[in-house]
Amino acid sequence: MTALDLTGLSAGPAQVWGGIRLVPLLRAEPVAGLRLHREAYGSGDFATEDVRLNDGAHYTSYIPHGFVADWSGEGTAAAYGTSLGGAAPAGRVALHRMAKRRPGDRLRFLPLHLALEGYLALHFGGPSTLWDTWSREALRSGLSPRVESAYLGADVPGLADALRVFEIHPRQCGVLVYAADALGAAFAVPHPDDYRALHATLLQDLFGELIHQYALFGRPAAEFTARIEDRHVRGTGDLRAAVRAQERAWRAAHDTVMAAELYATSYAFSRVYRMGGFDLWRFLPPFERGGAAQHIGEAITDRRGRVAYLKTFRLSENQVRRGHLLRSLAAHDWHLGRCAQALGTRPEELTRRIRDAGFASLLRERG
Amino acid sequence: MAEESRADLVAAEDVLLFVNAAITATGQREFHSGAGAQRLSLDFLHEYVRVNYRTVYAAALALDINDHNAALIVRHLLVSADEASADDKRVEGRLIAARLAALPPQRVYRLMRALRAAKVNNRRTRAIFRDWLGARPDLGFDAVKYRAGLKSAARHVHLPFADAELGDFLFRPGRRPHYAHPLLDAHRRAHYEQGALYELPFTVAEGFAARHGVARETFLKRVAPRATRLERLRFQGRAGAPAADLAGLPLTRLALFVLSLAPGERAARRAELTDALRAAALRAAGPHARSWGRVAAVLDDSYSSAGSGVKRRRPLAVALACHFLLEALAGAGAYRGWWTSGATDALLVRPRGATPLGSRLLDALEEGPERVVVVSDGWDNAPPGLAGEVLRVWRTRLDPGLRTRVVHLNPVYDADGFDVRRLAPSVPTAGIRDAEDLPALVEIAAFAEGRTGLAELSTYLDRRTADFVASVR
Repeated sequence: MTALDLTGLSAGPAQVWGGIRLVPLLRAEPVAGLRLHREAYGSGDFATEDVRLNDGAHYTSYIPHGFVADWSGEGTAAAYGTSLGGAAPAGRVALHRMAKRRPGDRLRFLPLHLALEGYLALHFGGPSTLWDTWSREALRSGLSPRVESAYLGADVPGLADALRVFEIHPRQCGVLVYAADALGAAFAVPHPDDYRALHATLLQDLFGELIHQYALFGRPAAEFTARIEDRHVRGTGDLRAAVRAQERAWRAAHDTVMAAELYATSYAFSRVYRMGGFDLWRFLPPFERGGAAQHIGEAITDRRGRVAYLKTFRLSENQVRRGHLLRSLAAHDWHLGRCAQALGTRPEELTRRIRDAGFASLLRERG
Repeated sequence: MAEESRADLVAAEDVLLFVNAAITATGQREFHSGAGAQRLSLDFLHEYVRVNYRTVYAAALALDINDHNAALIVRHLLVSADEASADDKRVEGRLIAARLAALPPQRVYRLMRALRAAKVNNRRTRAIFRDWLGARPDLGFDAVKYRAGLKSAARHVHLPFADAELGDFLFRPGRRPHYAHPLLDAHRRAHYEQGALYELPFTVAEGFAARHGVARETFLKRVAPRATRLERLRFQGRAGAPAADLAGLPLTRLALFVLSLAPGERAARRAELTDALRAAALRAAGPHARSWGRVAAVLDDSYSSAGSGVKRRRPLAVALACHFLLEALAGAGAYRGWWTSGATDALLVRPRGATPLGSRLLDALEEGPERVVVVSDGWDNAPPGLAGEVLRVWRTRLDPGLRTRVVHLNPVYDADGFDVRRLAPSVPTAGIRDAEDLPALVEIAAFAEGRTGLAELSTYLDRRTADFVASVR
C-alpha cells in the first residue's frame, strides 16, 4: 500500500471564513461496520500526558482525547464526552500505549499522536554503523530526547470562528482545513454522526507552524463563487445541467489542484493494528526537498484498502528537512562522505546541516 | 441632469439601506458577527443617515423598524436638535411622540435614562416626555413595575406629581402607613405579607417571592392571572405554570414559540399548533389574503438560521412564519414552500446543514410561479454564489419579461456590509424582522429594483409618515 485510496469521499462546496477554508468531505453512504467515539482526558488545563512506548521509551505530549474505534457492528454512537457502557469513565486515564485493545471489538488510540510518534521515532536509535564521526552519546542513546513542537488548533487564528460558523452537510464525514489555501490537515471518519460529534475536536488538534503563520499573516481567502455560462441556456433543464456542471468542475478543480499533494503523494505505510476487517496504519511522506507539502498521518482502511478514518498533519519545512536528512543518512549507512556525495555536497557542508537541524549532539567534537 | 439623477439614485440606495438595517439590526450578537461589531456598524449608519438625510432619518420612525432602532433614532434626533430647522423640529416632534406611544414603556424609560446620561435636558425634550408620561394610563402601575425608570424620568423632566402619594412612594418610601392606590399599597404589604405579592405585576412579584422563599411551582400557579401574555408564554411547560393561550398571538412570536418546543412535542400537538399558526397568518394577511396568485417560497433552514444565543432561532422563526403567511396570501392550493434542507414538514424544521439556495431556487422557479419569495440570511454556500447566478440567468435568459417576480427577505443585518446580504443585484432585497410586515416590505423592496427613483420614494415616505402620525392622534 503506497497511496491513500479516498474512494467514496468526495469534496463538497468549500466554506470560507477569513483566511481559513474548510472543504467538507461527503460520503454517499457511511462505512459499514466501523464507528469512532471520543474519550476525553484531562480537565482542559493543557496538562501533558506521558505515554509508555513499546521499547521502554516515553512520549510526553499534550493529549486532549483518544478515539475509540468500534468494529463490533453494534453501531451505538456515544455522544461527545460520554463514556461507553462498561468502559472506564472519562477522566484521567493511565495511558500505556498509543493503541490499546479495549474489551469487545474496540481499540483506543491517540489521534495524530500515532502519526507524530512515527515521525519522531524515525531512525530514533541513531547511527547504525560505527563511523568515527559519531559521538559516543549518539551511539548510546541515539536521537533521545527528540522534540518537535506544534500549535494547538485553538491557537490558530480564525480557526475557532471558522469551525463555529461552518455549516455541516448532512452526509459530511470529513473536512480538509486550508489556511491561506495551504492544506493544513485532513480529517475523515466513517459515519456522519461521528463527524458531527467530532467536528469541534479539530480545535484541540495539532497544527504545523506553517498553518499557524499563514492563518496569522494571510489575507482572507477568496471564495470560489459559481459562474454559469448563460449563452446556451434555453430552459430550466439547461440551467439545472449547468448547475450540476459547476459542482463537478469545483470537485475536479479541488481534487487535482488544491488537494493534489494529499491524493497524489506516495506514502510509506506501516500497520499499527489489525481489527477485524479494518487496519490501522500510520504513514510517512517521502520527505522530498523542494517545497512540496508533506503530510504525516494515520488512517484506518477497510478490507479493500479504502480509507475509513484519516487524520493528517502538515509538516513544517524544517520538519521535512530533518526527516530528509535522517532518511538520507540511514540510506547510506550513516557514512558522512557517501551521504554528502549522494546529496551533491561536501561532508563539511553536511555536518553543518546536521548541526542546523538540531542534531549536533550526534557529532563528535573535533579539535 | 445626469449628475442629479445619479445623486438621486445614491440617495435612494442609502435610504433603503438604512431602512433595511433599522428593521433587522438590534445590536445583538448574530450567527456570523458579535454584538460589538453589530453595534459599531449600526452606530455609524445612524450617524451617516442623520447627518446626510435628516428628514428621511426622522421619517423612518413611521416605518416598521424595530424598537431598538426607533429608540436610537429618537435619542439621536433629540441629542442633535440644534441641527434641525424649526419646521423640521415640528415634524420630528410629532413623529417622536407617535413612536413613543407605540414603544413598550420599558424602552422609553431606558431611552430617558440614556438621554439623562447624555445630559440632554432642554425644554423640548422635557415637554415630549412629560406628554408621554401624562398619557400613561396608570402611573401608579409604572411606579411599581418600572420604579427606577420612573424615578429617574421624574427627576429628569421635572415632573410635578399631582398626587403627593406617588411622590412619596418613589422618593420617600416608608413615610405613609398605607396608600390609597391599590397597587402601591400591595407593594407596601408584599414586604411582609405573602398574599399581597399576587396582586403585583409578575416581574415585581417574582422578586418578592424569592424574598419570601415561595416555591416556584406554587408561585407560577398563583401568579398566572397577573402575568402578561408573553410572560405566560415564557413559562409555559414549567411545573405549575398553566398552558399558554396561543390564540391571538402575533405570527412570528407564535413561530418562535413553536420552534422552542422539542420535535416530539411539536408532532404530538400538530393539529393545535398548525391551526394556531394558520389563524395567526390569516389575521396578519388581512385584506391581502388569497390575493397573490401562485406563490413559491425558498426558506432557509440551514445551520446559520439558528441565530445566536440572544436571538435564538430568530431567522428560522421568520422563515416559518413567512411559510404560513405566504400560504394565506397565495390563492387556495397555489403555494409551495421549499426548505433548503429538503424538509417537507414545516412544523418539524430545525436549523441544520448547509445552504444550497441555488438548487432550491431552481426547484421553485421550475414550477413557474407568479411570485418567488426567498427568506434567507444570504449566506449561500453550497456552492457559494449559485443562487445569484441562477437568478441572473433566469432574469436575463429565461424570463426577461418579468413574468415571475422574485423578492429576497433577509432577517439578519450584516455588520460588515452595513446592509442585509444580497443574493444578486437584480433581485430586490429587504430586511425583515416580523413576518407580519411582509406585504409592506415587498412594497418597499420594489423601490430597490431600480425602477423607482428618489421622488417616488419620498412620496411613499411622506404617505407613511402622514398615516403613522394620524394613526396615533
